[in-house]
Amino acid sequence: MAYLPLKRPKFSLLDRLYVVELVKGLGITLKHLVLSLLGKSRGKKDFNSPSGVGVCMQFPEQRWDERLPEYYRGAPVLVRGEDGRERCVSCQLCEFICPARAIKVTPGAVEPSASCQKQEKAPAEFEIDMLRCIYCGMCQEACPEQAIFLSKEYLITLTDRDRAVRNKETLYRLGGMRKGLVNKWNQYK
Amino acid sequence: MSTQPAILPKDAAAAEGKVNVQINGKWYRFPKGMRIADACNSVGVHVPCFCYHPKLSVAGSCRMCLVEQGMPPRLAPGATPTYNEDGYQSISWMPRAVIACANTVAENMGIRTDGKLCAEARRGVLEFLLSNHPLDCPICDQAGECKLQEYTADYGSGTHRFTEAKTKKGKNISIGPRVNLDQERCVLCRRCVRFMKEIVGEEVLGVVGRGTHNAIACYPGKALDSNYSMNVVDICPVGAMTSKDFRFKMRVWFLKSTPTIDVTNGTGTNINLWTREQQVYRITPRQNDEVNSCWMPDDARLAYKYINAPERLLTPLVRTDAGAPQRPSTWDAAIGLVVEQLHKCAPSELAMIASARMTNEELYMVRALAKQLGITKLDIVPRSCEPDNMLKSADANPNSVGAKLVLGKSGSGLATIRRGVRNGSIRFLIALGEDLTAPEAGFTKDDLAGLDYLLCVSHSANDTTRAADVVLPGVTFAEKYGTMINVTGRIQRLNKAIEPLGEARADWGIYRSISEALGCDCVTVIACPSPMMVLEQMAEEFEPMKGLSWGSIGNEGKAIIDTGVSIPLIEREQAKK
Repeated sequence: MAYLPLKRPKFSLLDRLYVVELVKGLGITLKHLVLSLLGKSRGKKDFNSPSGVGVCMQFPEQRWDERLPEYYRGAPVLVRGEDGRERCVSCQLCEFICPARAIKVTPGAVEPSASCQKQEKAPAEFEIDMLRCIYCGMCQEACPEQAIFLSKEYLITLTDRDRAVRNKETLYRLGGMRKGLVNKWNQYK
Repeated sequence: MSTQPAILPKDAAAAEGKVNVQINGKWYRFPKGMRIADACNSVGVHVPCFCYHPKLSVAGSCRMCLVEQGMPPRLAPGATPTYNEDGYQSISWMPRAVIACANTVAENMGIRTDGKLCAEARRGVLEFLLSNHPLDCPICDQAGECKLQEYTADYGSGTHRFTEAKTKKGKNISIGPRVNLDQERCVLCRRCVRFMKEIVGEEVLGVVGRGTHNAIACYPGKALDSNYSMNVVDICPVGAMTSKDFRFKMRVWFLKSTPTIDVTNGTGTNINLWTREQQVYRITPRQNDEVNSCWMPDDARLAYKYINAPERLLTPLVRTDAGAPQRPSTWDAAIGLVVEQLHKCAPSELAMIASARMTNEELYMVRALAKQLGITKLDIVPRSCEPDNMLKSADANPNSVGAKLVLGKSGSGLATIRRGVRNGSIRFLIALGEDLTAPEAGFTKDDLAGLDYLLCVSHSANDTTRAADVVLPGVTFAEKYGTMINVTGRIQRLNKAIEPLGEARADWGIYRSISEALGCDCVTVIACPSPMMVLEQMAEEFEPMKGLSWGSIGNEGKAIIDTGVSIPLIEREQAKK
C-alpha cells in the first residue's frame, strides 16, 4: 500500500464563490474593532496600557520580563555556586555539542587563589558569540557540572560585531550565583 | 563416524604449526603459543584488556580479559576420541572463566566472549574498579581515550551499588619533570612499572601500600626523569599518568591525528600528530615494529612548539637596499627579485647550502635548481647527537640517507663554502632550510654580513633570515607531504596535518617556482603538480627507489637501502621473540 486515496469534500457553488468565508473573516475583524473602541479588547487587563487600546504590547515601555515562563531559553550564562566557586571546569562538552559553534573554551588550571582546588581545572577563557548562538539549550543539557544555564535575557541589541562575543568575566557577571546545585567537588568524594 | 573428513583439521593445522580454535562458534587457525587475547583480537573479536600490552610481559592482574574457555573431554583409559562430521571433537566448557592474556591457544580449544558468564565477569570487574574511581572525567585529560570509560560504556552495569566513602589517595603528584600521577584514577595494571623495568631498564616505579591503599609511586630518591618517561602516559589505560605538557590543553575528541614521522632524529620515529584547526597540540608514537615499536623519546615528542610559534615567517621578506630593514613582499615580487640578483652573479660566485632535514622531493627540486644555476658548490649541514642505545641514532638529521642519494653530499664540502665566503670568492649564498649561524653550520653573523646577496628559505625567523636579502617562507614538517629515508634505509612518508600558515608555501614548490622563473625548461621539474608526482619521477631515476609510489610506501614505510645501521631497541625486541 503505497498511498492512501483521500476523499476530498465536494464544494457547492456558494463555497466556491468564497463570499461567505470573506464576510465571516471581516466579521471577526469588525468585532475586535468594536471591542477595542469600547475599551474591552482582549488582554487589556494584562497589559493595561496607558492608551487603553491594548491588544499589542507597548514595547519597550512594557516588557515580557515578568511574564516569561520558567522554561524560557534566553542567552547562556555561567554561574557560581553558593560557595562562590566557579562551577565550570572547562570540560568543553558545551563547545563540542554547540550546533552553531558559538562557544569557544580555552581550558586552564584553576587559579591558586580559588577557594576550591579539588577540581584542578577551570576555564582560562570562555567565549560565547551571541551572533552565532541559537538559544537551543544544548550547552545546558550537556554540562556535567551545572555551570552553564540559559538565562531569561532576550534583549540582545548590538551596535558592534565585536561586542557580540561575551567573555568569561561577562558571563559570570550575568549568571551570578545560583542556589541548590549539586556540590560534586566536596571533601567526601 | 563414517562422515568425518579424510584429513582431520588438527593434522592439517599441525602441519603448518598451527592449532584450531573455536571462537564464538567459528573455527579459526592460529600459530601455536599465541595468546588467547591476541588470537581473539586478530579475528575481530574484541577482548578488553587493561594490564596486557603486547610489548610488555604479562601481568594478568586486571582480570578484565576473562573469557569462557573449553577443551575436548578427557578420555577414559583405552577410549579413542570421536570427531564430528567437520573433524572436530566436542568441547566441554569450563565452569569458570580464564584470563585471555596469560593463556595460550591449544588444539580444539573453544573460546566464548559473548556468553552470560563473560558478560557477568566483565561487569563485576568494572564495578570493583569503579568502586574507588573518582569519576572526575570532566577534568581528566584521558577522557575520550580512556579504556575504563570505553569498557564501562560497553560492558559496565550503568549503576553503582557501592555507597561507602571512596579511598583517598594522592592526586596531581609530580613524579617526574614531564609526568603527573593521579593515584585515585589508577587501576593498578602496572603497565608503567613494567615499561620502566623492561623497556627502559630503570627501576623507578613500583607499587606501595596494601589492599585498597595500593598505589603506584616512585622509589624513594628517584624520579621518573628518563627521556622515555612520557611513554607511560600513552600506555596508561586510564588518566593516572598524564603529560604535564598536554595537561588541560585540549580534549582529545577535538583533535585530528595525522600519521607522519618525527624529524628530529635519523631514526624517523613513526608518530601521530594531533591537531585542531591550525594548531598542533601533541605528538604520540605510532606503532611500527621495524622502526620504533610503540615508543618514542620525550625530546622528540615535545619538538612541535615551533610550528605555531610567533617566530614563524608568514610572508616573503625582501631587503632592496643594503642596510635597510626587511619589508614584507608578495611571492611574485620576491621571486622576481631573487632572479634579478642571481643574474648579477656568475655561477662560480654562487654557493648553495641545502639541508638533510628536507624531504626527498625537496632535495630533488634543489638539485634541479642547482643544475639550472650551474652551481658546483653545494652541500648539506651535518648534524649529530648522542645516541642513547634505544631509539635515538647518532645522526640528528632525519634524511641524511636521502640527501646522500639525491645530492650525493654528506657535509664534507661545507668547510670549502665557508672558506669561500670568508675570502670573498662566494658573493651569493643560498641557504635552504638551515640556520647558518647554528654551531653545526659554523658561519658567523659577520660572514653573512660580508655577502653581497643572501637568499634564505626558512619556516622560522633566525639570525640567517634576519641577515638575508630575500626570505621566502617555507613550511614545517606538519604542513607538507614528502618522503624521508631513515638511518636504516627505510623510506617513510610525511603527511600534511595542517595547511601552511599565512602565505607560506611548501618548500618543493618554492624551488620549482625559482627554477621556473630562471627559465628552466625541464618538463618534469616545472610541470610537476605535487610531491607525489616528484616521487614517481624519482622512482624512475634512482635505482633504490625503483617501482616506488606514494601509495606503495604506505604508513609503515619500505626498506629500500641496506645501510647496515640498526636500531638497538628494535634489535632487542626482535631477539626476544
